[in-house]
Amino acid sequence: MIDLKGYGPFLLDGFRLTVMVGVTSMAVAVLLGLLGAWAKLSHSRSVRAIAEVYTTVVRGVPELVLILLVYYGVPTLVQDLLAGFGFEVRVDLNPFLAGVLTIGFIYGAFSTEVFRGAYLAVPKGQIEAARACGMSRALMVRRVLLPQMWRYALPGLGNVWMVLLKATALISVIELHELMRAAQVAAQATRLPFTFFFIAALMYLALTIVSMLVQQRLETWANRGVRRA
Amino acid sequence: MDFSIILKTLPDLIDGAFLTIQITALSVVIGLCLAMPLAILRLSRNPLIQAPVYSFIFFFRGTPLLVQLFLIYYGSGQFVQELRAVGLWGMFREAYFCGVLTLTLNTAAYTAEILRGAIQGVPHGEVEAARACGMRGFLLYRRIVMPKAFRLAWPAYTNEVIFLLQATSLVSIITLMDITGIASKVAARSFAFYELYLTAAVMYLILVYALLYVFKRIEYRISGHLREAKSQSSSAMMRDTAAAE
Repeated sequence: MIDLKGYGPFLLDGFRLTVMVGVTSMAVAVLLGLLGAWAKLSHSRSVRAIAEVYTTVVRGVPELVLILLVYYGVPTLVQDLLAGFGFEVRVDLNPFLAGVLTIGFIYGAFSTEVFRGAYLAVPKGQIEAARACGMSRALMVRRVLLPQMWRYALPGLGNVWMVLLKATALISVIELHELMRAAQVAAQATRLPFTFFFIAALMYLALTIVSMLVQQRLETWANRGVRRA
Repeated sequence: MDFSIILKTLPDLIDGAFLTIQITALSVVIGLCLAMPLAILRLSRNPLIQAPVYSFIFFFRGTPLLVQLFLIYYGSGQFVQELRAVGLWGMFREAYFCGVLTLTLNTAAYTAEILRGAIQGVPHGEVEAARACGMRGFLLYRRIVMPKAFRLAWPAYTNEVIFLLQATSLVSIITLMDITGIASKVAARSFAFYELYLTAAVMYLILVYALLYVFKRIEYRISGHLREAKSQSSSAMMRDTAAAE
């Protein structure tokens, strides 16, 4: 067995924080994705344009730059703006919050495309049938649209989750003690960088494998009403 | 917003952009050369060949790029003696070499998986027809399978190259002065964080959408045989309108 020099629990703490960051950011991304898809399919031109700018810009800028921009840029921007009104304050962002919001914001753009595609994949007849049965809009969304959208959206959302999980490692640059940062600290203290980064890699791999299994389960569940040839 | 600092840093940022482009181009080209044999070996029926290739692909697709980068750049420090003995330490000491090596291996793994899907997507009839004409092995791959697979893979490969271009920003963490590196260095000195990172973001946007344009042009060129001929489609339209009248 590899000697972890007592850093095992420390890495596990980081691992837990990575999972937490991942799940919270994914929740933000799904919410933003639904909102973005609604905006992209909206009848209003300006709403559509905002959604278009959002997905175009976010997908064209590296995650790292956006994380640095939010964590370092937003507080200084707010400080400068407040200084313009004569307030001298020091604004600091919590790294967890900054990380989760940035990652969620980035992958919200990717899930926007996923949800948009899923909405368009639901046959129009289903929606017409729901209207013909006299369902209200909210009921139609809840009973007819969403259950079918999940089915089309799950493979895409699974991909988003896998990429998002790996992107959480970037939050280590803003000093959040997630798995990657924990591995860095342990590697520096013990002078065994390869050992600790390799263990971190294996932990990320474990998360990937578990996610793949869960995704398969979820897809079977979402497809339960579909008859196969 | 302090525009003077942006203007003052712009020449440095453009130098950084050249490094970004250089690293991207090197990794894309070498990565593609590695990905082609990997994709073919991945489809081998021999488990002794297929298993190691698949583990390589799985490792590089299943772990964050940052971990891979640190594993190679900092991790190599744990094997100084061994690397010195084989005369490779001089290379692993260089951030540039480690950065390009990591990005190359990473994109090779992703591209191999894209190409594998595309090779499996080549219609069986085309391969059978080539075999019936007497083509085998390398000739079959060079003339029939690979050209078809590349056309099928192109849209997904476009995405991969764009991801790689953005991923090169990580080399700034191991001290290389690409766009992000320059922006971070100047921002840390001048506290002009949002000005510089916003400029960096705009530069990446320009690079990404310029690259996307080039790749879409290539896609258009290589799918010529799938497009309807121009004169034909217009005459078909005229027929339709005539029928409607």
